[in-house]
Amino acid sequence: MSTDRNIPEGRAWVYGDNIDTDQLAPIKSYKNMEAEEGCKFCLEALDADFAGAVEDGDIFVAGANMGIGSSREQAPLHLKLLGIRAVLAKSFARIFYRNTLNFGVPALICADVDRINSGDRLRVDPLKGRVENLTTGETLSCDPLPEHLMAMIADGGLMPHLTKKLKQEA
Amino acid sequence: MPKPMTLSEKIIAKAAGVESVTPGDIVTCAVDLAMMHDSSGPRRAGRMLDELGVPVWDKDKLVVITDHYTVDPDPASAAIQDHAREWVAEKSLPHFLPDQGICHVVLPENGFLKPGMFCVGGDSHSTTGGAFGAFMVGIGATELAGVLATGEIWVRVPETLRIDVTGKLAPGVAAKDVILKLCGDIGVMGANYMVVEYAGEAVRALSVDERMTLTNMAAELGAKTGIVTPDKATAEWLAEAGAGDVDIETWQGDDGAPVSRTITIDGAALAPQVAAPSNPENAADVTEYAGTPVQQAYIGACTGAKLEDLRMAADVVRGRTKAAGLRFFVAPASNKIRDAARTDGTLQTLEDAGALILPTGCGGCIGIGDARLEENMTGISSTNRNFVGRAGPASSKLYLGSPCSVAAAAITGEITDPREFIGEFL
Ligand code: SF4
Repeated sequence: MSTDRNIPEGRAWVYGDNIDTDQLAPIKSYKNMEAEEGCKFCLEALDADFAGAVEDGDIFVAGANMGIGSSREQAPLHLKLLGIRAVLAKSFARIFYRNTLNFGVPALICADVDRINSGDRLRVDPLKGRVENLTTGETLSCDPLPEHLMAMIADGGLMPHLTKKLKQEA
Repeated sequence: MPKPMTLSEKIIAKAAGVESVTPGDIVTCAVDLAMMHDSSGPRRAGRMLDELGVPVWDKDKLVVITDHYTVDPDPASAAIQDHAREWVAEKSLPHFLPDQGICHVVLPENGFLKPGMFCVGGDSHSTTGGAFGAFMVGIGATELAGVLATGEIWVRVPETLRIDVTGKLAPGVAAKDVILKLCGDIGVMGANYMVVEYAGEAVRALSVDERMTLTNMAAELGAKTGIVTPDKATAEWLAEAGAGDVDIETWQGDDGAPVSRTITIDGAALAPQVAAPSNPENAADVTEYAGTPVQQAYIGACTGAKLEDLRMAADVVRGRTKAAGLRFFVAPASNKIRDAARTDGTLQTLEDAGALILPTGCGGCIGIGDARLEENMTGISSTNRNFVGRAGPASSKLYLGSPCSVAAAAITGEITDPREFIGEFL
């Protein structure tokens, strides 16, 4: 694994279009339990092995409209708690996109996700918008993160970013 | 001459304190109103705000509503309600509306929304607020905590998708059919990041209740939000809700404001639409699915249990009885709506047909409470989403339709064209 927290490196978990929040965070996973427990049910209906097998540093790769559905933040939070360090997709549902970034997990729009296979080893540089596929030797490019969000991602998400800002203002 | 802007652009420009904005611009907006509910509000956003150690930026601009877990007879849900109450009390927040109904309906019903406002809500269907000529977007809990702390949020100015609904909808055809048709035609990412502006003769003729269905389900098109230009009907609705002074004149889009795409729907030719499991974009004319057996019919949610929704359903079932063995539930979207429907006889008509009236709340829409689908059950509902596992276990299946279509299915026990029933009342 890459030693740099800001340049995640890990195995790719590749899924299709329209991965919805009811699958990422089924209601039973967030009503009665904390996310640390609830994340075990993440994607249960689509891939029962995912939550048990995903490792710290892994990269989630989806098709179009990743994260469609509700505003429930447990959807990206579950991915984060399971160890996912970046989410690549052809496109994102807008609330999921913001929620993911707010947790400090880069959400990157990548037109070439079809060139990634499940299990490939990826190294992702969110600020440069670059994905190295260490398995195939290919380098793919993503849309770089909007500039105003770079500082937030570098700080680890919206809450640490605001904490820092509030301290500076105080 | 100032550059022509859409209504949405005007609201964003005002909130950002700039002369004008253009799609693609990223601006920071001052929030006029934030809404949050029991699921993502006090227990998530509230907790994060407390961790930041700062107060709510402006107590008068925050509305807290409980609706998600209010009908759930379960200790965890009770604890969520308790926590919401305690958090609101501890902060002495003036606007707390517990157990009164579903947030997207209760918020305008209590006069909190007006044309021209820039609002956020901790729920994806906060887009509903656009029916009142406000620009209202749904956000997640962390983002909400950021708003509570700072009163600001960044926004990418969206492109506009204009939906022009021409003509006059036929009897038995509702706003829900317009939006399901759009889901079917352009898909659940058809309006990603855009604002959907509903216009045209048929939209002008719709009641505010019906316009709320259109803006509610802008979320199902992937849109940032939906909006309807306010008019006399908006002003009258808001006056009744006690919203005070409402400025319709200022909050109009300019002629010639550029839109990215216009889609025209022939309202007069539109048939009732039904979306098959497990995606709203599986929508087609009801005749395509007619005859599919259903075991439950649910009229509920912020989308499909407003007063007019209940009246439409009552018109279909009047003088009839539900199919044997079918579960027929009606959960009014708010207590005010329930009371009005009781006064005008709507509830009685529904009950006479065999409907069980449930307490208000999100309930069956998110698979909790009495209207939760059981294993392997097929249902039809007037809600907005039918993803796998949304309204019950993963083995259950859900069709989406208008209140008329749900009511027709309740009578026959299978998906049915509601125009067959409506015709008799013409
Ligand atoms: S009724 Fe359904 S869609 Fe509406 S706010 Fe509640 S859970 Fe969300």
